Amino acid sequence: MIKPRTVALMILLPLATLYVSLFIGRFAVHPGEVAHILLGQFLPIPHDWPRSVETIVLQIRLPRAILAMFVGAGLAISGAAFQGMFRNPLVSTDILGVTAASGFGAAVALLLSKNAIALQVIAFAFGLAGVGLTYLLARVYRATPVLMLVLSGVVVAAFFSALLSGAKYVADPESKLPAITYWLLGSLNAASVDSLKMALPPIIAGSIGLLCMRWMINVLSMGDEEARSLGVRTEWLKGGIVVCTTLITAAAVSVCGIVGWVGLVIPHVGRMLVGPDHRALLPATLSVGATYLLCIDDIARTASASEIPLGILTAMIGAPFFAMLLRKTRGAWE
Amino acid sequence: MNAPLIEVRDAGFSYGEHAIFRGVDLDVYSGEVLTILGPNGCGKSTLLRCIGGALALDEGAVRIENVDLSSIDVRARARKIALLFQDHTPSFPYPVLDVVSMGRTPYLSAFGAPSSQDIAIAEEALEQVGMRHLKNRPYTELSGGERQLVLLARTLAQQPAVILLDEPTAHLDFKNQVRSLQQIGALAQRGATMIMTTHDPNQAFLFPGRAALMRPGGSLAVGAPSEVITDELLSAAYGIGVAVLSIERRDNLGDLKVCTPWYNWPHKK
Repeated sequence: MIKPRTVALMILLPLATLYVSLFIGRFAVHPGEVAHILLGQFLPIPHDWPRSVETIVLQIRLPRAILAMFVGAGLAISGAAFQGMFRNPLVSTDILGVTAASGFGAAVALLLSKNAIALQVIAFAFGLAGVGLTYLLARVYRATPVLMLVLSGVVVAAFFSALLSGAKYVADPESKLPAITYWLLGSLNAASVDSLKMALPPIIAGSIGLLCMRWMINVLSMGDEEARSLGVRTEWLKGGIVVCTTLITAAAVSVCGIVGWVGLVIPHVGRMLVGPDHRALLPATLSVGATYLLCIDDIARTASASEIPLGILTAMIGAPFFAMLLRKTRGAWE
Repeated sequence: MNAPLIEVRDAGFSYGEHAIFRGVDLDVYSGEVLTILGPNGCGKSTLLRCIGGALALDEGAVRIENVDLSSIDVRARARKIALLFQDHTPSFPYPVLDVVSMGRTPYLSAFGAPSSQDIAIAEEALEQVGMRHLKNRPYTELSGGERQLVLLARTLAQQPAVILLDEPTAHLDFKNQVRSLQQIGALAQRGATMIMTTHDPNQAFLFPGRAALMRPGGSLAVGAPSEVITDELLSAAYGIGVAVLSIERRDNLGDLKVCTPWYNWPHKK
């Protein structure tokens, strides 16, 4: 089984990264001061720090860091669950078209000049609708074969990508088009307490759902027919996995745009750390995904004078890393 | 004789217009090993999958312990019937013990995972097939023969009323064939009920149970191996010449019956 040292690392690493994220930034705050501010929320210690610093730490950096952690954790656990269900290491969270559909929903919201919350609601709804469409398309003979799901996902994603291109084409190139383009590149700078309230419930609910199913995902990865002979109601299980991952991914995309590569790469890192058993892998991907996206977002907001879009960084760091992984393992599972 | 454990009545199955078999009747009794043999494409694997519930019959019914198979759900079915598939595609490199523990799934709740008791049952199952020493190895790294035994252990962990084996010796060399058959024989001696398909009629001679020869279209000849595996029946079923011989074993512990196909090649009379 998993060593206690690995478990401790998995718990401490995201928390340590969270702490670091609160004091680094364009406006440097002393680590000790961050500790005081955090403790000051619970303990009666003298408030000897400027209000502006407290605002930066608690109102700006903390919500953003928490959102980064939940989005990273959610995308990573979704990717791991999908790779298990599809028995394929190259599957990612957007395989069923959720990303393309949410992206189109967001573009529509931007075209209609909706506010941030309305945009998130619309993007989330489109994401769910996109996957719903994929699922219906894939349903043949009262079953949803994995291959049909993948192919339907390709179709639905292509369809929504075309709609998205159409939306860009009709968008005002002075104001709306840049807004859509930047949104699609992904960013956490819109993070607020409101967006936390919007995104966290579905991400948490979906993650708990997947954690509950983690043994059954092991059995499902033996193939549908074998899983059924072992007493698994495969159609219910696959439906449950799709619902959970879609809740997570649609919520993530709706608050921070398209963040690629996390759902593809982090499950592989998780397997290197704890092995292929989903009972250990799913919790591990939560921890690694949270840490990874938080680090990436720290780079995004500190590396240059203006923010670097998240999607660029996750791909620039994720792609070479994945290439290295591929070379090292020569395409094998471990 | 007691009531049969499994009754197949007037079973028919077709892929679309193409009927695989029709009107199949078969009884399987508790504690016996029934070997189903027949030419490729005669439907023996399909029949096995229908008995296991992996495929649904188009006509007729399968009853196990007097319960119609189509009336029970997958979980209840998996407690009664375990299937060892011929075409297992390895997935993730799970440790052997985890793979065997998957046999306990029909006894778990929907969100459950194997308890320490389940894992003890899985270890016991591994012990029975003589593979306990490999319990921590990734099962993807095992040889074909070892993996087959691990999957056999998984069916034991299911603690079913009957185990269905679809060509358990396919793709195995002589030694691993015999190793697998020995394990199956040992299970049979402990009272397990098994139905096994095979492409090699000789294997039926190795078990004391009955043999069923399936002919294209699904008609079955069922009986003791020496009654079913004869020159005439095999030649007719396979459409080629088949000779059944009795040869003396080198250890003088009795005769061994073997059959072999022959074709037009100069040979001594």
